[in-house]
Amino acid sequence: MDTEPSLYTVKAVLILDNDGERLYAKYYDDTYPSVKEQKAFEKNIFSKTHRTDSEIALLEGLTVVYKSNIDLFFYVVGSSHENELMLMAVLNCLFDSLSQMLRKNVERRALLENMEGLFLAVDEIVDGGVILESDPQQVVHRVALRGEDVPYSEQTVTQVMKTKLKWS
Amino acid sequence: MIKKFDKKDEESGSGSNPFQHLEKSAVLQEARIFNETPINPRRCLHILTKIIYLLNQGEHFGTMEATEAFFAMTRLFQSNDQTLRRMCYLTIKEMANISEDVIIVTSSLTKDMTGKEDVYRGPAIRALCRITDTTMLQAIERYMKQAIVDKVPSVSSSALVSSLHMVKMSYDVVKRWVNEAQEAASSDNIMVQYHALGLLYHLRKNDRLAVSKMLNKFTKSGLKSPFAYCMLIRIASKLLEETEAGHDSPLFDFIESCLRNKHEMVVYEAASAIVHMPNCTARELAPAVSVLQLFCSSPKAALRYAAVRTLNKVAMKHPSAVTACNLDLENLITDSNRSIATLAITTLLKTGSESSVDRLMKQISSFVSEISDEFKVVVVQAISALCQKYPRKHSVMMNFLSNMLRDDGGFEYKRAIVDCIISIIEENPESKETGLAHLCEFIEDCEHTVLATKILHLLGKEGPRTPSPSKYIRFIFNRVVLESEAVRAAAVSALAKFGAQNDDLLPSVLVLMQRCMMDSDDEVRDRATFYMNVLQQKQKALNAAYIFNGENTHCAPSLNLRALVELTQKPFDMKSVPLANTPITEQKTEFAPVATSKLPEKPGPTRQDIYQEQLAAIPEFQGLGSLFKTSEAVQLTEAETEYVVRCVKHTFARHMVFQFDCTNTLNDQLLQKVMVQMEPSEAYEVLHYVPAANLPYSQPGSCYSLVRLPEDDPTAVSCTFSCTLKYLVKDCDPNTGEPDDDGYDDEYVLEDLEVTVADHIQKVLKPNFAAAWDEVGDDFEKEETFALASVRTLDEAVGNIISFLGMQPCERSDKVPENKNSHILFLAGVFRGGHDVLVRSRLALADGVTMQVTVRSSDETVVDIILASVG
Repeated sequence: MDTEPSLYTVKAVLILDNDGERLYAKYYDDTYPSVKEQKAFEKNIFSKTHRTDSEIALLEGLTVVYKSNIDLFFYVVGSSHENELMLMAVLNCLFDSLSQMLRKNVERRALLENMEGLFLAVDEIVDGGVILESDPQQVVHRVALRGEDVPYSEQTVTQVMKTKLKWS
Repeated sequence: MIKKFDKKDEESGSGSNPFQHLEKSAVLQEARIFNETPINPRRCLHILTKIIYLLNQGEHFGTMEATEAFFAMTRLFQSNDQTLRRMCYLTIKEMANISEDVIIVTSSLTKDMTGKEDVYRGPAIRALCRITDTTMLQAIERYMKQAIVDKVPSVSSSALVSSLHMVKMSYDVVKRWVNEAQEAASSDNIMVQYHALGLLYHLRKNDRLAVSKMLNKFTKSGLKSPFAYCMLIRIASKLLEETEAGHDSPLFDFIESCLRNKHEMVVYEAASAIVHMPNCTARELAPAVSVLQLFCSSPKAALRYAAVRTLNKVAMKHPSAVTACNLDLENLITDSNRSIATLAITTLLKTGSESSVDRLMKQISSFVSEISDEFKVVVVQAISALCQKYPRKHSVMMNFLSNMLRDDGGFEYKRAIVDCIISIIEENPESKETGLAHLCEFIEDCEHTVLATKILHLLGKEGPRTPSPSKYIRFIFNRVVLESEAVRAAAVSALAKFGAQNDDLLPSVLVLMQRCMMDSDDEVRDRATFYMNVLQQKQKALNAAYIFNGENTHCAPSLNLRALVELTQKPFDMKSVPLANTPITEQKTEFAPVATSKLPEKPGPTRQDIYQEQLAAIPEFQGLGSLFKTSEAVQLTEAETEYVVRCVKHTFARHMVFQFDCTNTLNDQLLQKVMVQMEPSEAYEVLHYVPAANLPYSQPGSCYSLVRLPEDDPTAVSCTFSCTLKYLVKDCDPNTGEPDDDGYDDEYVLEDLEVTVADHIQKVLKPNFAAAWDEVGDDFEKEETFALASVRTLDEAVGNIISFLGMQPCERSDKVPENKNSHILFLAGVFRGGHDVLVRSRLALADGVTMQVTVRSSDETVVDIILASVG
């Protein structure tokens, strides 16, 4: 590798809908400094990936791993020197965490109704480009989002139990 | 519990987006409810979500409005709702750079970070570190140290990662946490391990010994985290590269042992590290290649991609090592992921035999339109490499390239194809006509000015020498009618070349030229007028000078000057026009000079222009005329001595100026009145010294010497100067640089400086050497034969001659074809004073190399000088 060993692995995490519109985008470095450049990149990414069912591509000199589900497209972007499997680990963790949080309903509307859950989950998975956690169980646990139909008090109890079990 | 969005939205189906028509101002208006008591967590949460959503969409928040919203948000810390609190942390992070006075939340965050609620602690640390600066960091240092070694993994990870982010800003503070990080590295949690290792490496990376110790410790103790293993492999391979340790190093053993790790991520990282190591032999590559081979049949696309991409890299240097995987690669050709299929094919093209080429090319063409430009360029490069390997396949390649040229694609892609076609034409004369025909077709509809001018130039160079030049004229003239100025100008130049070389085409070319003389653009008109006049003279010598070889010899702006001269017939000294000093490498840039003269990206001033300006500013050097040549810098000292001196030789018509760039590397000395005294061995006369007044520590300064070249003996072109650096030393305080009042004289002996024949000759590229040869004529032709006993190969002989004479090889004659034992080298240049010099050197390989040198020039002395210096 001609680059300095570093924990900074992820350049961006993106979620687009099936029109290629941005639902979520977090860029961790200055590869695309302005909103205009970011949107152009997203447009390019979407046009190259939305028709194919493959999960990895090289675009604009960056490695992009992706996954689509119903009407959502998930992307994790890293340098072309990056270990592709690490990026894949991030993508899988994001998808599995959301899948649990949304009760397997990983589609646009469910996601939009739980945006705060998405924000918190991504915040637990990647911090400033460093992979913070790759285990979806941990992520869901840390986000600790209350489900819609579980009463507040009950939820806290289960959580307390979980915590106890985990660290006892 | 989460607030249901507007009923209408919900009913309108899945196409709705509750955030679609959010207005920033309306959201900020809503944010006022943050101030209501009691706090309504659900509504507040929803509004925070909207704010973050807007920020995420790239909405711009002004400082004022952001600060206002931020301050309102701080009230929400009174609520104990978990999700709301977490969203507050996120808002703080998102707004850290937009809002003012974000540090007011420091105490709230510090409280959460040290509190009992584990769910808050990690995120609170990360938010806090986001808003903290170096001075404030010291206040929370104690908490950070505790957090790093906290037994809750999320807290420890958060603290480690935040510390890593802050290394850039506050290295000195974070450095003090090394012991805590060390302790965290032995944590059971895999992520904590990884983060601790990353932080430790960042803190120690400048200390090679510490890194090596750390590696030693972790490679022995073994880690649980695959991420940490990947990091270790990277650190180890970097250290191996830096220390240039061999493959018997324990670090290499460690990397190799990782090939047997149970995590694919680690195995791949190790294989990739081995493949990327410089000087890897087939033996070390073999185990890495065989794991990559296994990955090729993995059900995971990312793994197949990673494997084949790495194998592709191996194939560039060690095609034979990959041959074993050919079967697996064949299976990947039909992979549904086109990136994988392309990489597989291009790898096979590198490793496969000549017989498989046709089949592979057919495979690629079936899906080339589906892959991204990046991979198309990869394909073109593979084809280009293939053409060099199997020249006989050029017709298949050419066909394929022409099809690619017709497809859509960006500039980089098209340029790669055009370059590839051009290199095929140059390597295989028999492919010239087809290649030119494809390029002609391409410029009929080409939106890239650079490519069009490049191709026109090539047509002008190669077209007239083909059996039926007339067919290209139509394509070229179409450009004059249809294109932008730069392309039109290039087309006119190309036309002129046809007219000059093909007598039967001349009348038609003249008619076309006449039309071009009515062009709306100045440059096009000027060129047409100029060429018209030259062509009408029907003199071979004029054609050679001004049409074939003229363009590269003189700066493009002077073209207009020349046209003027032709028209007014006034005497004008061409020699006063400075030579274009573009560093000429025949392969690529030879197309550039004229063709690009009208493009917006004007080339910056050349190195010589800069020197010319600097020298002109020194009064002693006025009246020397224009600068003829500037040499590369010569070191006169070893690299690490007290004073570092290098010399740049500037040649003028009758003088030379030596520029000494000196650097003083002693921080306790100030040098004054620095000059280099020179003792010539020949009749060279030192006229002037221009000393450097002051030479403080590590600030480079220049002094100069002006030398007159011997006029009575023009053949004395070489001379050796013994040089001594003389100066006044004043000791000074290393810290302040304040010098003492008194100083003493001192001197320092430098290495000898040589002036050779190359310093008197400027390189000039003659694209058509034969024409130039005829133009100069045989009035002053001399010939001599030499034996180069010490030289063993033709390549070596050619290299020696070029560097010794400092002349430009023409017609690609600097490349000796393989398995030949004779070769002709063509060299062109201009001697000081403006006389063209051409050298034809026939080389024959017997025991040593025998060389017959023929020199032609417009001046007899120059011929003698060249021969004398060779002998």
